[in-house]
Amino acid sequence: MIQAENLSLGYDSGANIIHQLTLTLTPGHITALVGPNGCGKSTLLRGLSRLLKPAHGAVYLDGQDIHAMKAKDLARQLGILPQAPTAPEGLTVHELVAQGRYPHQNWFQQWSGDDERIVAEALEQTNLTLFADRPVDTLSGGQRQRAWIAMALAQQTNVLLLDEPTTYLDLAHQIDVLDLLAELNEQGRTIVMVLHDLNQAARYADTIVALRGGQIVAQGTPDQVITSENILQVFGLDADVIVDPVTGTPLCVPIGRRGGRNKKAAASINGKVKTVIPA
Amino acid sequence: MAERRIRQTWIAVRLPRLPISFKIDRRVPLAALFLLAFTLVVLVMSINYGAYNMSPLDVIQTLTGTLPADHPDYRNFVLVVHTFRLPRILLAFLVGTALATSGAIMQSITRNPLAEPGILGVTAGAGLAAVAMIVWFNDAQMSLLPWAAFGGAILTAAAVYLLAWKRGATSPVRLILIGVAFAAVLGSLTTFILVFGEINDVQKAYVWLTGSVYGGNWQHVRTLGAWMLVLLPLAFLSARSLNALNLGDEVATGFGVRVERQRAFLLVISVALASVAVAVAGTIGFVGLIAPHITRRLVGPAHEGMLPITALFGGALLVLADLIGRWVIAPSELPIGIVTALIGAPYFMLLLVRYRK
Repeated sequence: MIQAENLSLGYDSGANIIHQLTLTLTPGHITALVGPNGCGKSTLLRGLSRLLKPAHGAVYLDGQDIHAMKAKDLARQLGILPQAPTAPEGLTVHELVAQGRYPHQNWFQQWSGDDERIVAEALEQTNLTLFADRPVDTLSGGQRQRAWIAMALAQQTNVLLLDEPTTYLDLAHQIDVLDLLAELNEQGRTIVMVLHDLNQAARYADTIVALRGGQIVAQGTPDQVITSENILQVFGLDADVIVDPVTGTPLCVPIGRRGGRNKKAAASINGKVKTVIPA
Repeated sequence: MAERRIRQTWIAVRLPRLPISFKIDRRVPLAALFLLAFTLVVLVMSINYGAYNMSPLDVIQTLTGTLPADHPDYRNFVLVVHTFRLPRILLAFLVGTALATSGAIMQSITRNPLAEPGILGVTAGAGLAAVAMIVWFNDAQMSLLPWAAFGGAILTAAAVYLLAWKRGATSPVRLILIGVAFAAVLGSLTTFILVFGEINDVQKAYVWLTGSVYGGNWQHVRTLGAWMLVLLPLAFLSARSLNALNLGDEVATGFGVRVERQRAFLLVISVALASVAVAVAGTIGFVGLIAPHITRRLVGPAHEGMLPITALFGGALLVLADLIGRWVIAPSELPIGIVTALIGAPYFMLLLVRYRK
């Protein structure tokens, strides 16, 4: 279980981006951090791992302050995938995934039978076995992101933090990556990710944490968090919330200043859509 | 369903019943053998070449000590090989090894393919100190020159690192920018000293700046060799953390690498390697840039194999460059730094074109 207590985070000498934030993440859940640009959601994710040292407060993993733990012990329990990481030229998928074993290895134990098996499983699970020999830089965006996720899998952590795992991917690959993360979650991993797309967050997350100005505005199930009032408060945007016809989760439909370019179509459909909104 | 087996780029070596296991890249042994053979051939050719005529067989016999003592030229052969040619060639090899390893480490920790040993101002610092020494204290002992250069290099690197330090951390970009700024300032100071120096001293200083193993003796070989004996194993042992750092600070931190500490440690190794090389041979360029590059293309980016191969490659390259330098305008000789520039500059251009894509 991860808990942040009175956590304040910031860069350089400037003002803190996250102020006095307290948050408990439910084990076994997928938690999505959402909010406008600059709201501090990525900063919070960095603070939940050891990428950023808190200015005040602390983050606890199963009761232990993560900055008081041995770096390698933490790395065996908590994995983090930064946004858009880059692999050195020529590094193959297999070599990249094998590197995920780092916290489990030492100088004398560099490639055990376990390492070999776990890396093969991670490749299998991400459907990359066929691409294992390919250099990472020759893969498509979606495959590349799967390779990095496979690397994080090989690290065998119970908790996986991901910073916008779907950036730079086309829609099909975004869904592909999110489906993969949902599968990993079903196997018992706690997943915390920063997401830009509210509808994807609503679909895939058990818990959504909405941030604005470094503070939590709303927190709870998608139904509780994705409401017109919250979207207005968090993003300053008027939006209708309807039911996603595929999953039954809330679906956010922005209205915008102009209500769309095609006024006629908007007028004709307006009444129908309203009836779908749950009261 | 037939499961497709993954073709690993390495071979696992495991001890039964002991928690000891290693991986050896398949491409490494072959590359190592080839480079060793190449170095030996060039070494014999290089010893063989010169004003005093010897046959390759004579060279091999003299080197291995199997030359019959009653050979008519016994004393001359031993003198030429052991006193004049061998130390200088060994020195070229060691300098190449040091610069290439230093460059490889620098490129990985800054994650910049165009980084080279001088990026922290090491060569500029050594250059300023050496030139000041030659021009201002021309009656000073020449044996003090390497120490001055070494001091200049280490001081500059330390200053760059301290200035790049910000709130408990350094970033590769800050290191590079401050290093470049320092190199520019120290470079103009060096020019300033050269402009107002005595013409004879200035010429001597220029030869030093170009880089040369001319006049290398056993004392140099021993000193450099001793440093390498300590620094190279430290570098090779850090291969795993270099691999992790090569994926970026954030991923490495996520693996449990103490990024700042590891980076500082590796910087010290890299700077020390470059500084001792520059101290004995002047500022030889391009080896530290191109050797790691070519090696990565040969054996891939994993440092366990890449570092030793880079070291060998750098050594082989400088032994060859030294031979070319002595041969191309014989009986005069071209400083080794000019030869490496002639080889390196076109390769550098090629790189730039490739990275623009």
